[in-house]
Parts: sequence; structure tokens; C-alpha cells
Amino acid sequence: MTTADRLTGAPAPAPGAPPPAKRAAGSTVPRHGRTPPSDRRRRRRRAVALLYLLPALLPYTLFAVLPMLHTAYLSLFDWDGVTLPSFTGLGNYRRIVTDPQLRAAAWHAGALILFFSVLPICVGLVSAAIVSRRAGRRGTALVRTVLFLPQVIPLVAVGILWRWVYADDGTLNQALRAVGLGGLADAWLGSFTWALPAVGLIGTWVVSGLCMVLFLSGTQRIDQEIYEAARMDGAGPVREFTAITVPLLRPEFAVALSITVIAALSSFDLVYITTGGGPGNSTVVPGILIYRLAFGGGAVGVASALAVVLTAVISLAVLVINRLSREAP
Amino acid sequence: MTSLTSPTSLTSPASTTSTARAVTGRLAAPVVLALFMAAVLVPFASLLLASLQPASAPLTGFALPHGLHFENFSRAWSAAGFGTLLRSSVVIALCVVPAAVVCATLAGYALATLDVPGRGKLYAYLLLGLSIPTEGTIIPLYYDLRAAGLTNTVPGLALAEIGAFMPFGAFWMRAHFATMPRSLMEAARLDGASSWATLWRILLPNSRPAVTTLGVLYFVWSWNQFLLPLILIQDPARRTAPAGLGFFTGQYGVDVPLLAAATLIVIAPVVLVYLFFQRHFISGVLSGALKG
Repeated sequence: MTTADRLTGAPAPAPGAPPPAKRAAGSTVPRHGRTPPSDRRRRRRRAVALLYLLPALLPYTLFAVLPMLHTAYLSLFDWDGVTLPSFTGLGNYRRIVTDPQLRAAAWHAGALILFFSVLPICVGLVSAAIVSRRAGRRGTALVRTVLFLPQVIPLVAVGILWRWVYADDGTLNQALRAVGLGGLADAWLGSFTWALPAVGLIGTWVVSGLCMVLFLSGTQRIDQEIYEAARMDGAGPVREFTAITVPLLRPEFAVALSITVIAALSSFDLVYITTGGGPGNSTVVPGILIYRLAFGGGAVGVASALAVVLTAVISLAVLVINRLSREAP
Repeated sequence: MTSLTSPTSLTSPASTTSTARAVTGRLAAPVVLALFMAAVLVPFASLLLASLQPASAPLTGFALPHGLHFENFSRAWSAAGFGTLLRSSVVIALCVVPAAVVCATLAGYALATLDVPGRGKLYAYLLLGLSIPTEGTIIPLYYDLRAAGLTNTVPGLALAEIGAFMPFGAFWMRAHFATMPRSLMEAARLDGASSWATLWRILLPNSRPAVTTLGVLYFVWSWNQFLLPLILIQDPARRTAPAGLGFFTGQYGVDVPLLAAATLIVIAPVVLVYLFFQRHFISGVLSGALKG
């Protein structure tokens, strides 16, 4: 299972299987005089085909779809989780629009998109463009392994890793003091100004490597002749980047955007472990609010309404991204 | 694309600047790669060093430990209970991964090759789940599973994870079976093989890479899952490792060496699996897989 220089590993939908036709063809015993399948047999075949889907549809329906619908149902009630719920119609949704804390959460989720999506995609794109111009590709397997590491470990562990980096005596402050910028040292995650960007940058750290590898495998799909033609026409590296690389990486953009936007909007683990939404409400995100309201605040209805809105926003974002990626440049 | 091949208005650069550019170009790539690697590895190294420090000493971010204090790991394993937490995580993963892979394989096979009534609609219905975040389902999951007596149990959490993992698995296996040659299935059918035999004897033996990738992704997602176990398992003795780490952080936030050791214990299994199957994992993630 070595990755011996397979940086070219394009995002194929499935790793290819070897062409296997021989064995089956060899054992074929031709049968003659078979009647075409009757309607009854066809119906039976279709019923059997449904049975294949059942083991997937059942847990999916019971533990994902029905709970989602149940959330929508709960969002119409005023419920503390213990006493009898009372119907409020769209009252909970009205609260979401007006409550300043809930508005802050929406704002923070937007800011996280900047850190989880925009920044990593820019970093990944530029660095992929620089790296792809390198002639030899020695050691790229190792690079890929290391850059994907943040993708693999639980976000809780990532959070603990960075709590230590951001701590009073942590790695970042130590580095600042070492270069004579000790005056800038701060309790980053406890600061009203810096907590949100600090948490956001952890997200940047997690997905930048992924974006770079994604774009790198994309650039290797691009025909080198296009670059050569452009170079003959006198295009420099910047022009090559904006006129060739970026437009041709459209599919990779779509993948990177949907992964990172979903991660930003539904973020919970990282914020829970690093700041818990604090200090004050300065890093509160929708996931944290849903957790607080439903499992500590006794406001299950409002939490459900927020969950419905969050799911709708995520679905909409995924839809828009997929539409954009399919349109011709 | 066509406009690129036509002459552009750019004036051609002088030859001296182009050699200078070639030199910086050659240097730029390794520098960028080295920066990336350092950015990833420095926080890890910092935590590793912290885990080897004596428990009582005042700590700074990046310092060589005073002697190697491996007792932090044994303290985290037994006294802080991470041995037990790891075992619950393994049990959950052993329930979730095989079951979810089998369900997804059957569904992908049917969607790609069989004559399923309403195939397009069923597939679209499954794909909807790709954009349902855990936050969207967790509230009723808690109240409904509690009513059914399934909170604090392995089946409760495992079923919730399997349900959440199905959309991607069906998508992945369908895409895989769609790439397999039709002639293979035709030959098997002429041979009198049932759809069941075709799947198990002919298609699956040739599907190892796709199945392995799905299994690795499912293992990593199941292991890293945080919100589901945090809510569905309230009993401290039955928590999964990441959920335990979450509680532990609140409790022992100050004992940095112990926390660092516990974190490394929790990430070790998933990092090992990753190192063994990295090609599979990376190809899966690059295709757009992200859950939990």
C-alpha cells in the first residue's frame, strides 16, 4: 500500500478494478431455448432489487430522515424537554431572526466560512500552482501523507493541540517572545478580539493541506500543452495561473467548496473544545447554540428551529455550489 | 480555452528575467512545501514534547522535556480511564464499519445495476442525506432513543452512525459498480447466476479497492464522531474516546502533560489506520467525502 509517487491520484469516483472479464467468460455455459422473462418474473426481480436497498434505506430513514422531520415538527412547539409542549407555530423562527445571540451565531458562522473555505482555497490554490511547476516530484508522497494528517485526527484532538499552541505559555506566545514581539503575546482563546480568528485559523490549518492536494491533483489533469502554448504566446506565471489553472480547476473548486462550507456552517467540535462559545458569546456558532439551548437551556423548540434553518442553509449552499460547478465557464 | 492559444497582448519578457524567474521557481516549490509541512508538524511536536514533561513542572510551549516521563501515558491509560474509553470506541467501530459497508454495498449494487422501481427517486432520496448535519437530527435522536431505552447503549449510537453514513456509502458504491463492465454482469446472467451470486462471486472479488476505501473512511468517521456520542452516551463509563477527551479537557484542563498524553492515545489508532491505508483514505476524501 505504498504511495510511491502517486500524487497524480486524480479524484476518481472509485479506485479502478482490474479488468476481470476472463474468468466469467471462461465458465460461460450457453443455454439455449430460454423464454424471455415474463411479467411476473420481472416484477419479482424488481421486488428483489428493492430488498437490496432496504438495509440502507431503513437505518437512513429511521435515524436520519425521520429525526430531521421530527426536528422540524419540534420547531413549531415551545418545549423545555420535560413538561408538555405547547404549539407556537412559527414563533421560534421569529425568535431566531430577532434574538441578538442567535444573530451573532449566524454572523460567526459566516466569518468561519472565510477561515474554513476562502482562506484555505486561496492558500491551496496558490501553493498548488507553485508546486506543480516543479519538474521532479521526489518526496511528494511524504508531503501528501503529512498534509492530510489534520484531516484524519478527531477535531477534539485538533482543538486540544491548538489550545496548547494558543495557551498563555503556549507555542505561539513563546515564538512571539523569542523574536522580540512579546508585547503582542495574548491569551488568544480568552480574548474578545482574537478568539474568533484564532478558532477560525485552526480550521484553516485543518483544510489547507486538503485543498492544496486537491488542486495539485487537478493541475496534473490539465494538459501541459496548454501551458506550453500560453508560454509561447508570452504568458507569465501569473497570467498562466489566472487564465488557465483557475478556470480549469472548476471541479476541484466545487469539491473544496462543498467540503469546507459544510464544515464551517456545521462546526461544533472545534468550538466546543477550544472556547465553548466564549468569552461571552464571541465565538458562539449555530452548532454550539443548538447544543446549549436543547441540552442545557431547556429551549428545545428554539434549538430545533435553529437546526432546521441550519440544515436548510447547508442544503442550499451545496445546491448552489453544485450548480455553479456544472455551468460552462 | 480556445482564446488561450491565440496571441495575447503580453510583450515577451527579456531573457535575463526569465532565468531569474526559473531560479526562484525552482526554489519556490520546496520552500512552500517545507512551510506547509512545518505548519502541520509543529503543533504535533509541541504536544508530543508536552506529553513527556513531568506533571508538576511549569510548562512552556516548545521545550525539551526534563527526562522522558512516559508515566503520563500510563496515568492517562489507567487512572484517567482512557483504556476503557478506547475499548468502547473500538466496539462501536466494530459494529458500525462492517454493517455500514455491507448495507452501502448492497444499495450501491442495486442502484447501479438492478432494475429497481423508482431508482432515480430513491437515489435522490439517499443523496439528500449528504447535506443533513448532525445538528439537524441530534435533538429528536436523543429524546426518541431515550424513550426507546437506547441511549447509553452500543446499538443506539451504532444505528445513529450507520444512518448518518448511508448516503455517502450508497453514492460511493454506486459510482464504483457503475464503472464495472456490463459484459461481466451479462455473462453471469446468461450463466444462470442470480443477482446475489453475481454480486458476491463476480463483482465483489474485483471491488477490493472501493470497499477498502469505504471501510477506512467509515472507521475514521466513526472514531472521530463527537456530537453523537456526546449526547447519546451520558454514562461516563461508556463514552467513546473523543467524547471522553472532551469531558476530560473541562476537568483536567490544567494538567497539560496528562491531557497531551491522553490526546496522543486517542489519536494513535486512527493515525495508524491512516498510515496503513493512506492511499485509500486520500482518494476517498478527494472525491468529496466529509462527514462528522
